[in-house]
Amino acid sequence: MAELDQRPFPPGDYPVVVVGSGPGGIQASYYLKHLGIEHAHISADPVPGGMFRRFPFFQRLLSWTKPYGPVPRDDPFYYWYDWNSLLAEEPHNRALMPDLMDGTSSFPSRPEMETNLATFVARTGLPIRFDTRWESTSRDGERFVLHTSDGDYRCQVPIFAVGVAHPFTPDTPGFDFAAHYVDTRPAQTYAGKRLFIVGKENSGFELATGLLQWAQRIVLASPRPAKLSVNSHSLAGIRARYVLPVEDQILGGGVFVLNASIQRIEKLGDAYRVHCLPSEGGAEIAVDADEVIAATGFTCPLQDLQSIGVEVFGRSLLPAMTNYWESATAPGVYFAGTIGQGVSGMKKYGLPANSGAVQGARYNARTMVHHVAEKHFGVRLPRPVVAPADLVEQLLTTATRAPELWNQKSYLARAFTLDAGQGILDQGIVPLAQFVDEEGPAAVAIAVETDDTGDIHPAVYVRESGKPAVETLLTSQPLHDFRTADNRAHLSQLLRGVTNGAVR
Amino acid sequence: MAMNQQELVDTLSGLALFADLSRPQVEAVAHKMAEESYPTGQRILRQGFTGTGFYVIVDGEVAVKIDGTEISRLGKGDFFGEMSILLGEPPGADITTTRQLRVLHLGGSELEGFLRDYPPVMLRMLKAVALRLRNANRWRS
Repeated sequence: MAELDQRPFPPGDYPVVVVGSGPGGIQASYYLKHLGIEHAHISADPVPGGMFRRFPFFQRLLSWTKPYGPVPRDDPFYYWYDWNSLLAEEPHNRALMPDLMDGTSSFPSRPEMETNLATFVARTGLPIRFDTRWESTSRDGERFVLHTSDGDYRCQVPIFAVGVAHPFTPDTPGFDFAAHYVDTRPAQTYAGKRLFIVGKENSGFELATGLLQWAQRIVLASPRPAKLSVNSHSLAGIRARYVLPVEDQILGGGVFVLNASIQRIEKLGDAYRVHCLPSEGGAEIAVDADEVIAATGFTCPLQDLQSIGVEVFGRSLLPAMTNYWESATAPGVYFAGTIGQGVSGMKKYGLPANSGAVQGARYNARTMVHHVAEKHFGVRLPRPVVAPADLVEQLLTTATRAPELWNQKSYLARAFTLDAGQGILDQGIVPLAQFVDEEGPAAVAIAVETDDTGDIHPAVYVRESGKPAVETLLTSQPLHDFRTADNRAHLSQLLRGVTNGAVR
Repeated sequence: MAMNQQELVDTLSGLALFADLSRPQVEAVAHKMAEESYPTGQRILRQGFTGTGFYVIVDGEVAVKIDGTEISRLGKGDFFGEMSILLGEPPGADITTTRQLRVLHLGGSELEGFLRDYPPVMLRMLKAVALRLRNANRWRS
């Protein structure tokens, strides 16, 4: 007799289907469950974790969890000190990461992160149907049909959280001789070798850092100069942990960082010759190497979503999305997790949000699920009333302590509507670009922003009814406590007019 | 529609702004600038806001509006954002997508260095801005 399949969510019809069991899919599923929205959650993997089941290659994350923050770990503010735990509404399910770390680093190891995600799934009782591969997609009237290895799932809203996980290799001649980052071997197998790493982003520098003690010589090359996070004032750039190869280059220590485009890779016996053209002109450079590694990034494995109208763009084949992470060209299709980085938001001073990392994507997922619940399922989330006398303090406290605003600078904001009839209503966390561009009732939103000097300060956006929002920058404070007398006075003055004097 | 890197470089090579660059230089430009996508109806530049960037339209169209009044439209190959960056002032106009838009984006603080690195782009930009100024003067007279 065939064994009975005990897995949850058999093929069928569901209001929502979530695909993927990395942090993005888990976080979306958690908030759907929290709001009571029935959904199926499927994954091709055998266990939770997504990319963290394998990467980073050298087994140490780039996102911090600092066990000793200034507030108890179940305080939501602690999430600013813990970029790796998923969000939970129940205090006892928050901040699972620090208890799983061995104390050797504020950056958890990959196995610790994988355990963190599995623990969250277990503790919050999230059922997931594993070993179910989404293979293709079609429409059936108003519903979407996800064809999987287990059968068909029909739904009103699919949420794809499948990561930016498919290895990308350029079609430049000879790249078939290069191993992709995902196929990097144990470090000791590169002992004494001349390595050529294509790509100068974090994955390239992660490999260079990990192989410094093994390789004879390391060349990193790509057309664009390497950007360091400490110079870009954001996580866009090489993180401090991976800067050692840059220092080795400066000191002439066997590391070479080239700004050049790769023209072709040629096989020469047991070795390779990489032909490069310097970006700023000059003659071709030919570099001989024993191994070529393509740290050239990843694309979104969106299967055949383009066939149902999902438009994609860019090197990573990210979907074109609205500010609520809904396909801009196939309404009703949503995305969570690292795919969310396709929504640029305000990108002030050119600084991207952290949507490609757990600390940003977890808040995007919560905001997206709230939006899906209200738009598609008639759920009305509570909007607490705020007394006029409390508004200024709430805004400045939010800017000082809300991890959503700190993790997603110039990207997520907390908004309050200022309708004379309804009073002041807390609208919660919203995409800032959506707030400043939509016409609506009088409202105010606050965000945290960094400018090109690295100064971190609150920014306030005040919208009079039916008019575009107006930006006002508040002042910073050396210890980032923005609740200063100057900011209180400035904010009160801004809000006095738009609230007809209710805020004094 | 998504393009691979070679197609993107081909497209950029065909834009007037980058027409005088060698292919390796265009490849470097394609890596230096971030490709972004915006849905219809979204503002990319916002009148009076700080921290804006420089954009080159790869596909799509935007409307230029001052105080809500549309004054022109920009399409493939056009660029915007440079005026406020170079003058160190917030934009004097809104730039709003009229259909799905794909752009290349450079942070404001990087523009000056970018133009110094690629003088032919600076010259092309200067000519385009001069044309805009001439047309604006004609429109006013």
